Amino acid sequence: MASVSVPAERPGGLLRRPHATTGFWSWFTTVDHKKIGILYGITAFGFFLIGGSEALLIRVQLARPDQTFLEPAVYNELFTMHGITMVFLVVMPLSAAFFNYLLPLMIGARDVVFPRLNAFSYWAFLFAGLFIYSSWFLGGAPNGGWFGYAPNSVTDPSRGMTFYAIGLLIAGIASTVSAVNLAVTILNMRAPGMTLFRMPVFVWMGLVVQLLLAFSLPVITIGLVELLFDRLFGTHFFDVAAGGSPVLWQHLFWLFGHPEVYILVLPAMGIVSEILPVFARKPLFGYQFVVFSGIAIGFIGFGVWAHHMFAVGLGPVANTAFAVSTMIIAIPTGVKIFNWLGTLWNGDLRFATPMLFSIGFIAMFVIGGLSGVTHAVVPSDYQQTDTYYIVAHFHYVLFGGAIFGLFAGIYYWWPKVFGRMLSETGGKLNFWLMLIGFNMTFGPMHILGLQGMPRRIQSYPASLGLSFWNMVSSIGAFVIATSVLVFLVNAIASFRKPKQMEADPWDARTLEWATSSPPPEYNFEEIPVVHSLDDLWHRKYAETEGGRVVPVAAGGSGEAAAVEHAGEHGAEGGGGHAIHMPSPSYFPLIAAAGFPVAGYGLIFGVPAVALGLVISLVGFFGWALEPSAE
Amino acid sequence: MVLGLVALALVAAACAPNATQSSLEPKGPYAQKSYDLFVPVFWVAVAIFVIVEGLLVLFVFRYRHRRNQSPRIPAQVHGNTRLEIAWTILPTLILAGVAVPTIATIWDLAAKPTGDVLEVNVLAHQWWWEFDYPGQQILTANELHIPTGRPVYLTLCAVGFGYGTPVPSQGGPPAPNACQTGPPDSQPPAGIGAAVIHSFWVPELAGTQDVVPALTNHLTIQADEPGVYHGQCKEFCGLSHAYMRFKVVAHTPADFERWVAEQKAPASPDVSGPAEAGEQIFLQTCIACHAIAGLETANGQPVLANGGPNLTHLMSRECFRGCTLDVNEENLRRWVADPRSIEAGSFMPDYGLSADEVDQVVAFLMTLE
Repeated sequence: MASVSVPAERPGGLLRRPHATTGFWSWFTTVDHKKIGILYGITAFGFFLIGGSEALLIRVQLARPDQTFLEPAVYNELFTMHGITMVFLVVMPLSAAFFNYLLPLMIGARDVVFPRLNAFSYWAFLFAGLFIYSSWFLGGAPNGGWFGYAPNSVTDPSRGMTFYAIGLLIAGIASTVSAVNLAVTILNMRAPGMTLFRMPVFVWMGLVVQLLLAFSLPVITIGLVELLFDRLFGTHFFDVAAGGSPVLWQHLFWLFGHPEVYILVLPAMGIVSEILPVFARKPLFGYQFVVFSGIAIGFIGFGVWAHHMFAVGLGPVANTAFAVSTMIIAIPTGVKIFNWLGTLWNGDLRFATPMLFSIGFIAMFVIGGLSGVTHAVVPSDYQQTDTYYIVAHFHYVLFGGAIFGLFAGIYYWWPKVFGRMLSETGGKLNFWLMLIGFNMTFGPMHILGLQGMPRRIQSYPASLGLSFWNMVSSIGAFVIATSVLVFLVNAIASFRKPKQMEADPWDARTLEWATSSPPPEYNFEEIPVVHSLDDLWHRKYAETEGGRVVPVAAGGSGEAAAVEHAGEHGAEGGGGHAIHMPSPSYFPLIAAAGFPVAGYGLIFGVPAVALGLVISLVGFFGWALEPSAE
Repeated sequence: MVLGLVALALVAAACAPNATQSSLEPKGPYAQKSYDLFVPVFWVAVAIFVIVEGLLVLFVFRYRHRRNQSPRIPAQVHGNTRLEIAWTILPTLILAGVAVPTIATIWDLAAKPTGDVLEVNVLAHQWWWEFDYPGQQILTANELHIPTGRPVYLTLCAVGFGYGTPVPSQGGPPAPNACQTGPPDSQPPAGIGAAVIHSFWVPELAGTQDVVPALTNHLTIQADEPGVYHGQCKEFCGLSHAYMRFKVVAHTPADFERWVAEQKAPASPDVSGPAEAGEQIFLQTCIACHAIAGLETANGQPVLANGGPNLTHLMSRECFRGCTLDVNEENLRRWVADPRSIEAGSFMPDYGLSADEVDQVVAFLMTLE
């Protein structure tokens, strides 16, 4: 980051920039992409525990027929909040945590292109989550499903869906800003020699996801504003009696909602594409096919939304078109799976925990993908839509897929982020418990759906014959909960160990392992020069003419190779003291803090709207006017 | 291990001894069409599943790093274009094979049946179903009676506050086969829920069709054998969505004609004792929403209000309240006394009747054979 010249007139005390980069308060002012990544990760994991607890309550209620443990009002709030939490407050920000932490490291940059904007994204996301959750204490949580179908979401008398609309709008601001920031970072901040086709697949998937966010979030934003106006100001966007259309909401929601599915799963696909080659000691099979299929999924993802609406009554023409487009999107997805298998073929497979979760990801995602193809068979989907078969399907994609992939990433990059290894014994226990619990919970849901159990029902009569598999599913949910507890213990225990100093514990292939673990604030003492895909691997190993691989003479350790590499280019080490990094700032936090205040104002009274706007304006002006460095 | 679990699950699913609302047991030609697509696609999926997971398991065992093995750096294979093109084209061909019958069946199911067809309007309320037979001039609730062996062409309308004032055909001209838009209401009238999206689903007879305000959707169902087929609302529609059930009762054609004749007869309540007092209470309160054909108010008007279920032949039904309670004296008493204690968010007002008055109203209702 080049430093901008300091203005001649130095602003007064309020605009002074904080300088502490360590200690408790530094977390509130940090603009370091690594610290922001950690904040995203911890926050998202906190919401994961909450959303998981909501799921456990749901499973207790459904364990047996005709139960009255949760009344309908509470049950509807719980399944709605479970969905909102897991989609918007867990998988999206957990992916954002990986993107924030890793993208600059993987492309050999010192930070993202707009560090303060990055902090602002995090705070806006955090406040969006807290805002939505405050609804439990302020008149009822959202209760119309994460999909918020109008007119039910408009006519419902509780305040919940107003919180939903405002909260998701704030989260949307956070995601949009972050998407632009990261996309520009990938395109503009790559190290010398890091051409697009030398980027790790995770970076590619990061780019595709940011573009998907940037193009799909505006669509849901329009829908949410219309919902908010219908609820608060008596507009009639979705009111049939006044000429509005409830189907309009469904189009807006799913035109966002389906790209969103890929927003949730492509990061995990990127993670797995990084981990498999490392633990197979082989490059990714068909790198370009994997990249292009990811891009194809991104594009086609915008053309399949109405497969969520086959039963709405759009007519046979629309249903035919979307059946075909849905089948087409299965092709690039299948390509990825075969390429992962090709990566494993003839590898030297080491089953450390990250590898186990990656294999689990492939195994489970295949099931979710295949059940997805059955939805494209429209007349068959007429039976399965809105049943537990769908619940099973998307949990195989988003839990068996996204969450398994993210757990693989957590175990893989934990030593990079914290300089300590997670226990392998704990990791394996975590994996097997989660795999078994997951299949116990969601496998039987296929059967329940086919046997006639609709989604989103608070209870079911014993006469439907659904009791057995519901009980199995509920027990499985607690096995999953146990596996998450095992992870928590493992994570906490890892901090009792000393920081291990090895930079490259997995014998990895990509640049983030070319610097120390954890990396210094400035990431690389010397910006690396990239010569090939899997650059770090090629610094450590050379291929002979016969295709045999031999370690480079200078030694196998990545750090040594990196240092040697830097030396080649005639740079001096210098310990990084001369590297200027962006100063911390209070203002991203302040600017974001105005949003929830204004949101409460829309619900409880106009003065708070004004107050919120003033807070945000103070934040943005201070941001614009503060000196570039102290 | 995963394979084992899945195989176990599939075997158990196939056995499914006691599921009474199952899409795996079609009982008529329209459900059969969905099922006939599901089964082959399922087996294709199983075959792909076995191949892919088999390869995965094989590679995991075959190429695992063994404990005593010295570290091996495998050949750095970067890909194989031919292979990759092959596994792009192969799935494309399989999917094309699946697409053809899929598209044919989409159009097949969307066509209106011809020949001897029974037409019924389905009116979806929060949270109960109303069935309007325009050709027979019958209006009933929560139980859809149909003849076997004859396609039943349903017109699906969402009704309630904000949209679609229900158009009862009994005692008036036949209702048109299109959902009607009522005048916009400024205030929700008491006793009527909102017009929201529902979904009509009776899996043994047909796939689902959403019931959407402003859309006139259709669905054809048919039962081959006499019997009771269970269904329920499948699209989340608010507080008591889980309790919006119904049943389809299929009769032989002769039995169906008998049922029609019974339902067409006006109510002839034999009112005496407490039922007489109950009738008076009914005429002062319940008629705001509930119709009873053949009954007249004090000034000689027919009782034809709508908003709540038509009660003309209440006692001929087996269930009420979204078909989740049996019609019997005890349940009726609980319901009339305090609807919201039974159904969360119920739109039936609580008129604060005394225990005696509740008994009287129930006594009257019990006369509506």
